[in-house]
This record gives sequence, structure tokens and C-alpha cells, in this order.
Amino acid sequence: METAKTTTTPLFDGPEWTFELLEKARDAIETIALGDLGLDVYPNQIEIISAEQMLDAYSCVGLPLMYQHWSFGKHFARDEALYRTGRQGLAYEIVINSNPCISYNMEENTMAMQTLVMAHAAFGHNHFFKNNYLFQQWTDADGIQDYLAFSKNYIAACEERYGFDAVEEILDAAHALQSQGVFRYGRPPKPTIEERRAMQQLREAYEKGQSALDIWTDATLGLKRDSDAQDEDLDHSERRKRMNLPQENILYFLEKHSPVLEPWQREILRIVRMLAQYFYPQKQTKVMNEGCATFVHYYIINALYDQGLVTQGALMEMMHSHTNVVMQPEYDDPRYSGINPYALGFAMMQDIRRICEEPTEEDREWFPDIAGDPDWRGVLRNAWANYRDESFIQQYLSPHLIRKFKLFTLTDDETHPKLVISQIHNRAGYKAIRRDLAKQYDLAYIEPDIQVSDADLKGDRTLKLTHKVRDNVHLAEADRDEVLKHLRRLWGYDVKLDAVADGPH
Amino acid sequence: MHHFIDRRANPKGKSLGNRQRFLRRARENIKERVDRSVREKSIGSGESVPENGEKITIPSKGLKEPRLYHGPGGNRQYVLPGNKDFVVGDTIDRPQGGAGEGGRKASEDGEGDDEFSFTLTRDEYLEILFDGLELPDLVEKATVETETIGTRRAGLTTAGTPNNLNLVRTMRNSLGRRIALQRPTTKSQRELEAQIAELEELEERSPSQEQVLAELTAKLDGIKRKRRVVGYIDPLDLRYDTFVPEKIRNSRAVVFCLMDVSGSMQEREKDLAKRFFLLLHLFLTRGYEHTEIVFVRHTHYAQEVDEETFFYARETGGTIVSTALEKMKEIIDERYPPDEWNIYGAQASDGENFGNDSVRCRKILTEQLLPMCQFYAYVEIVEESAQMLLDNTEAGEDLWQNYRQVKEACRHFEMQRVSEPGHIYPIFREFFLPKVKG
Repeated sequence: METAKTTTTPLFDGPEWTFELLEKARDAIETIALGDLGLDVYPNQIEIISAEQMLDAYSCVGLPLMYQHWSFGKHFARDEALYRTGRQGLAYEIVINSNPCISYNMEENTMAMQTLVMAHAAFGHNHFFKNNYLFQQWTDADGIQDYLAFSKNYIAACEERYGFDAVEEILDAAHALQSQGVFRYGRPPKPTIEERRAMQQLREAYEKGQSALDIWTDATLGLKRDSDAQDEDLDHSERRKRMNLPQENILYFLEKHSPVLEPWQREILRIVRMLAQYFYPQKQTKVMNEGCATFVHYYIINALYDQGLVTQGALMEMMHSHTNVVMQPEYDDPRYSGINPYALGFAMMQDIRRICEEPTEEDREWFPDIAGDPDWRGVLRNAWANYRDESFIQQYLSPHLIRKFKLFTLTDDETHPKLVISQIHNRAGYKAIRRDLAKQYDLAYIEPDIQVSDADLKGDRTLKLTHKVRDNVHLAEADRDEVLKHLRRLWGYDVKLDAVADGPH
Repeated sequence: MHHFIDRRANPKGKSLGNRQRFLRRARENIKERVDRSVREKSIGSGESVPENGEKITIPSKGLKEPRLYHGPGGNRQYVLPGNKDFVVGDTIDRPQGGAGEGGRKASEDGEGDDEFSFTLTRDEYLEILFDGLELPDLVEKATVETETIGTRRAGLTTAGTPNNLNLVRTMRNSLGRRIALQRPTTKSQRELEAQIAELEELEERSPSQEQVLAELTAKLDGIKRKRRVVGYIDPLDLRYDTFVPEKIRNSRAVVFCLMDVSGSMQEREKDLAKRFFLLLHLFLTRGYEHTEIVFVRHTHYAQEVDEETFFYARETGGTIVSTALEKMKEIIDERYPPDEWNIYGAQASDGENFGNDSVRCRKILTEQLLPMCQFYAYVEIVEESAQMLLDNTEAGEDLWQNYRQVKEACRHFEMQRVSEPGHIYPIFREFFLPKVKG
């Protein structure tokens, strides 16, 4: 290293970037990422976009190929106002979990920032997307771009055919139930794009071929029309079995069983829930994903500097940006808005490396498996591949970090007039704090548990939902009522939502 | 395989579709606010629609994106960073507004508020206000353009004239340089001087004190020298604003608002007239870079007044319409040469006129004013009960009859009757629909 420092010339000198420089920097980063850190990434496709295009992408949940909907326009109006008045900056990049992995870099970035951003997104996030078990099992990186294009065209076609209002009504309702449109524990086998298109064509052809009269005769003559519609004289338990009840994926249930939806409306519900499912792993791995990417870029820029490939000035610029990103304000700071996933994630990754390289007695006691492990890269890669935020924190948050962040638990029981400090960063509190923090990242815990419990299509057709209330935390009422209105629209008949107290969690 | 793609040249405004859907969704609310903002505005110079758009706040009802999520209450734990001196068992007061949730709940649907504010561009604002109206071909062809030289900001330079000195930037540079070069502060110099003075005041000094004194003096000299070398403000720090000249193509329009303010024009009539004038002015601001507005009121004599007086001051007297037309002619001759200005006339009256003054009005219009004007509109405000007059354009008093003759002679003269606010938009629309198709 020492000799390299004197012989190599820096990759770039000065703030301006060119495509040749980007190529050179990317190659140097790749050497470190793959050779040294042992990352395994999708091929990269790096796109340079302008600030306005970044704003566009922002408002469409990061997917430029997203279908069109007024809510994205609303987000754009808000983001734009914040950006123009200087109250909010723009991200340096956006990265999409797809194969090839597409990342968008802002043209305003300096060469140093482009280097940082490539290390962060094109290698850090990219490795995480490709290797984390949630993404591997639940998302289809090869197909997502095609699916987005399909859904965008499909929805545009629907708008043309059925009018803006009709499409908007369904999309609004579907968006309201988006968080309830995912399978949390298992899902039916996924059809491929071709199968999907074929299925949809089949459905449409079927619909076209059927006149109102056909449906009438089908029903009256008792011809088998569709297995879903046929639940003659089924008793309660049989019916539940047929309809896969209880069902946590409300959008899926409506798509399959709603008595009033047209095939194109079902297809739109399907699009919305497919995208919800696509984003579900990202929601569960914010800390890890950002932690992984931040650790990777931090390691890479330092390695580049050690090799003499970036100048001191560029390093300073990158470190400045890095420090801003991983800043964690304390709870009484006016800037505090929750725990910063970059800060926590990065600190945990660095801490794992520390535990491997320089374990203390405490670490040996808490992490006998990894303390002193000579291959810290392998340990990290294993963690990135096999955990999500909740399990990752539960497994790897060390007393050292709890002390460093001075974490404490605050108990808020509505039956008590005051808030109580229940745990602080001492020996007695480590385990409890770790558990409490892990719970904060458990989507199954922070999102309400609502399931379709019954729907008697032969009876009064009331859709019954059950909300399992944990720790006496109820749904926010105003929004709940609005969502129920949407739900009623999709179901066509009455909808009931019961709150049932769950046992101690 | 890897590659870079330059997307910057891709078409802009990809989210335009989303924005249009958003505006469409909120159209009713936006329209209501736009209409209200029009009502509250004064017509006068510049204020009507800001160049960079109009900030609109609409109720977020109907724009909410409801979700199912946990409300407040219940029993829960939060893990927070930055414990200072809490120990287990400490209690603290419940903060107002459920803080400690880390903003998670509030951001669930993006808006905590009942209102949603955003900026309508000037074009969108006018588009919504006029809902598809266009400057008639007739007018567009005849617009007059002039060129003037203006200046535009062009960043900062290191050289310039003292009046363009950018103090903030200069001081920021100066501060940075002083910190970097470790210029001793005035305070440290004063402290040293005080110490030296203290020592010097002593009548007798021990050798050690002498030595300290010598050290301090040397140090003081060093500080002074360094302060001299590293100046408070160095020429290096100076930054100047620069401006570059720019050609500005100007198309200018002037709107003459003529109104009868005699006793027969009451609050209602004036309000209707105001709406009409306002619309005309806003509408023209869309077509021209620069519009001016002139208010001429008349009873049996005419005078040019400001907007406030025009609409709200009371005046009594007879009604001689031609005086206003003469006044308008006079002002045009004085200030608005027709080869530099696009001239628009709008006249509101209740239709009454003195004796055979109406014939005179017709003459002034056809012979003098109309050849100079791009467009002239006459609005007659009638009683709400006068359905007969509204239905029959042939019936009417002297002024109306004479103006009908004018209309027959000139294509760019328009006249209509109104009796309620609802009529204003439709007649306005009628005025500005292209008359010649194909």
C-alpha cells in the first residue's frame, strides 16, 4: 500500500465529471468491491439524470416507470415546493432492485460525489438486493421492469377505455389498502410475465365473449361458470376453506372473491398488490440496506484513498457527506425525527467488524460465534444475506453500541399519567433495549394485524374483517373510516371491521 | 456487463401526467380558491398574478390518502437515543401531541394538516380561471412588440464596482480565511496588552516578572505582526454581484376601464363591472408581458382616477358618456402611442345617457377610438328583473341603439348585457371566442 501511494496517480482531480472518469472510477470501485470485500452484484446500469428528473422519480416512489396517479402529482407538488424553497435537498441517487441493477445519479453531483454514490448504490445496495434472503424469495429482480412497463400501459389503456374517474376510483381504493396487500408469511407460486399476460388476455376474452344474458343463464341454469362463484350450500368452515380464510392479504382476497369487480378492476388490484409485495422487503430492511450500502461506500472510499486513487480533497468531500448522512441527533434535539437508519445501520456494521477484529471480554461473552473471527467480511456478508432489521438487531446489537447511542426505553401506557423510563443503557437493560428496538422494526408489530375473517356470498354478503388489537393500540379512527369506505366500494356490500383484543404479545 | 446511460436529454416533465391528474382531482377546490383569490385581488398593476405562479392552499379533503395504521394510545415502548441523566423509574410528563413517536405516525399519509399548499404556475392559474379561453386570432395578429434592454443577475465575480459588493459572500470568505490562517483575534490582543500593562504598572519587578514581561511583549509583537500580515479583509475575499444586459422583447398592453359612476350605478352594478374589468385585465396579462390599466370614471364630466376611487368613491351628477371617450382619447394621445401599445377598451354603464349624446359617442368610437384599439367591449348592466332586455338585443335605449350601429361597422367591438355575476364568464367567453373560423 505504501508504495502504491507514491506511484499511482489519482483517478480524478477536480469537481467536474465525465463519462470516461466515471468508467475509471467504477472500475476501481469494482476491484475493491468484488476483490476485497467479496461482494456479489447484479450488472450495473448507471443512469445520469437531472434534478427535475430526480424530483419526478421521487414522487413516483422511486420508480420512474410507475403508472400515473394523482397522488404522485400531489407528492411532486409538495416535494417540488420543499426543494424550490430550499427546505429539502434531493437524494444523490436512487437505486432500483432490478436485474440489471439500475441506479440514477444526479448530474449536479461532483466527481467525488459520483464516486461515493456509485460505491453506495451500484455496489452496496446492489449486493444487498441480490443476496438478502427477503429479496431473493419475495421479489423478482429480472421481471420488475417488464412488470412496471406492463402495469403502466395497462392502467393507461384502462383510463382510455373506462375513463379517468373509473380507474382513479379503483386505484384510490387499492392504494388505501396497499399495506394490507401483501402476503407476510407465504404466497402462491408466482406466474411469469408471459403467463400473466396470457391470463389477462384469457380473462378479457372471456369477459368479451359473455353477454349479460350469458351470465344470467349461467346462474339460473346452474352451469359451472367459475369455481369461485360456486359455493352452493357450503357450511361455514367449508366456505372458509374455499376462500382461504382467514386471509391477511385483503387486496388478494378482493381480487379473487369480490362479487362486484370487473376483470380489469381485478387486474388493477393485482398490480397494486404486486408492487406492494415488491416493496415489502425494502420496508423490512431499511436499517440493514442502508447500513450495508453505507459501510461499503465508507470502506471503498478509504481503500481508494489508501491506494492513492482519490485526492485528499475528494476524500474530505466524501467524508463530509458521509458524516452528514450518518448523523444521529439525540432525542431532545429539535432535529430528532426517529432513529436514523443510516446511522444505526452503519454503526452496527462497523461494530460487527470491530467485534471480529478487536473483541473485548464483553463481546466474547455476548457474541461467542463471531468475536475474534478472522474473516469479518464473511461475517458481514452472512449477516446481510440472512437477516432483516428485526432479527438483525436482535442478533447483533451490542452493549457497546447501546452505550454509544445511549439508548433508553420509554414506556408510554395510556393508563398512566406520565411516561416512564423503563430501561437505560446499563447491564440490566441491554437485553430489554435490544428486544424493544428490534420490535420497533418488526412490521408484523408496527403494522396493524387485520384479516378477512368471513364473507358469506350466499347470505347477506357482509365482508367481515378482524383487527387483532395488541397492547390496546387501536386504529386511527378518521383514516380507518375512510379506508372502510374504499373497501365497501371494492366489495360492493357491507363491510364490518371488528377489533378483537389479542393475548399478551 | 455494465454501462452508463445519459438520461438528461430525455423529455422533461415526466410527471406532468400525474400533475394533471392531481389538478383534475382537486379542480373544484382549486377553482373555488382561484375564483376567491380573484375576488379578493385588486385589478391594479402587477399584483394580479405573480410571475412565478400563485400559491394556492386547498383543503386536503378529497386529497387524503387514508391508510390503516395505529392511532395514539395503548401501551407501547419507544427506544430513543441520547440518554443524559435518566435512570430506570424516572417519569416525565407526556409531551403534547404525542411526541416520541419519531414522526412515524405523522408521516404515514404525508400530511398532518387539513390543508394542502402548493404553487400553481401562472399558466395553470390563468388556465383554470379562464378555462380554455384564448386570445382571439384577431388580436394576436395585431400585437405590437418592442424591444428593450434589461439586466439580469449573472452570479459573482472577483472584480467589480464597490456598489455591487456582495457583503455576505465577502464576509464569509474573510471569516473562512481568518480561521484558516489563524489570525489572532482582537480579544486575544487586548488580553495580552492588559497583562503587559498590569506588569508594567508594578514599580518593582522581580527578575521572573521581567522575564514574563519580555515574553509577553514578544508575543504581543508577534500577534500584531500576524494581524498586519493576515488582514481582516483581504482583496482575495471580495466578491461582487454581476449583472449582464439582456434584450427583453416586450409586448405591452393598456386596458382602459370606463365606468359610469352617476347615482344610478349602485354597489351591485359596480361589483359586476369590477368583475368584468378584472377578468379582462387578467386575461390580457396572459397574452402580454406588460399590461397597464387606466381607470376613467364619468358622470357629466370624466376624470382619470385610481382603482380605489374608481370603485368605491361616490359621485353625483348627470351622465354624459362621451366625456369618458374623449378622456380616453386624450390619455392615449398623451401617453400611449398606438404603435407601441396594444390598446383595449372596456366600458361599463347602466345604459343611460344624456339627450342625444349617444350619437356623439358613436362618432368618437367609430372615427377616433376604434381604429386605435385592438378590442373594445361594452357591458350594459341591467336590472335583474329586466329579462325582456336580456332576451332581446334589439330593444334598448339610445346608447344601446347607437352602439349596435357601431358593432355592425366594426368587428372588434363587442357589446353585451349582464344582470348577475353568473353572466360575466359566459359573456367574457363569447367576446373572446375566435370569430373567424378557418
